[in-house]
Amino acid sequence: MPRRGAPPEVNAGSMADIAFLLLIFFLVTTTIETDAGLDRMLPPIEPPTEAPPIIKEKNIFTVNINRNGQLLVEDELTDIKSLREKAIAFLDNGGAPSGSPDYCSYCKGKRLSDSSDNPTKAIISLKNDRETKYGTYITVQNELVGAYNELRNREAQRLYKRDFTDMEAEYLNPETESSRKEDLKEKVKRIQELFPQKLSEAETDSSN
Amino acid sequence: MSKFAKKKDAGLPAVNTASLPDIVFMLLFFFMTVTVMKDNTLKVENTLPNASETKKLEKKDRVIYIYVGEPTSQYKAQFGEEARIQLNDKFSSPNEVGDYILQERAKKPQELQNVLTTALKVDKNANMGLISDIKQELRKVNALKVNYTTYDGDAFNNLQ
Repeated sequence: MPRRGAPPEVNAGSMADIAFLLLIFFLVTTTIETDAGLDRMLPPIEPPTEAPPIIKEKNIFTVNINRNGQLLVEDELTDIKSLREKAIAFLDNGGAPSGSPDYCSYCKGKRLSDSSDNPTKAIISLKNDRETKYGTYITVQNELVGAYNELRNREAQRLYKRDFTDMEAEYLNPETESSRKEDLKEKVKRIQELFPQKLSEAETDSSN
Repeated sequence: MSKFAKKKDAGLPAVNTASLPDIVFMLLFFFMTVTVMKDNTLKVENTLPNASETKKLEKKDRVIYIYVGEPTSQYKAQFGEEARIQLNDKFSSPNEVGDYILQERAKKPQELQNVLTTALKVDKNANMGLISDIKQELRKVNALKVNYTTYDGDAFNNLQ
């Protein structure tokens, strides 16, 4: 006897439940955030025989953080909020007289003779206590990186009419096309050469 | 007239739920594509500090994570109140960091081994002494590229 009519429909009512189950599983086991943070390069360990290069005192900007989170900048007790300003003033000083090989043509600082000669010579030296809070350290790092970024943005605006941080983000983004990347690479490098990040971190001491 | 009365008797028709699975599947696929799997459970407090000048860590496969912070309440009795280092799923001492980095590096494909970044996820209340020890260890194994992972925000919030 032939069967009549269409086969019975499969009940799909529980499909939603199954999908919900999967959805909840993925919600629980995954995270949405992409990480962001401050990029830094650590100095390589130098062979002990090599003599340290001689650097003029005026080209070094010292920042000391004590265990209570207070800042000593260039031997002066400083509020952390004015650190960025001071770092910019130091980096952008351009103290070398015009005509000398170190003369800085793009600096807009006060050109004091007792501050840095040229941004490419200027070094920021950061020192902290073993009991300094990590949060304070990050704030100081952030301010110093901020000082560099501000100066780099200024130069990038002057040369390419665009922010340096913006260009760098596009350059580092893996979705950017390679032809654009080549173009950006050169620009980013040029700006980085104008204001190289020279941040030296001494090993922490526990004595004071 | 009779037609009108009949209609009233029928009651509310059931809402059609046939498209509910489609909607849920859409949500499911959205979450599957935009999220990544958690790779380890945290055993330490991890309130990251804030910073504004951040850069994104783009490629997950090129990152090695190190977590630092106070042990969470369930581990306090065993490991104390001092900030500790967590590598993979266990507490470690600073001198194990070097080995861990070398191990993780060996797991990565050859072409990525020179471009690895070490992401330091450190609780904002940790002391710098421990971080300095880690940095020293990282220098020893030549893992020089580090990223201090932070939340986006005003850096001055860290000081409170």
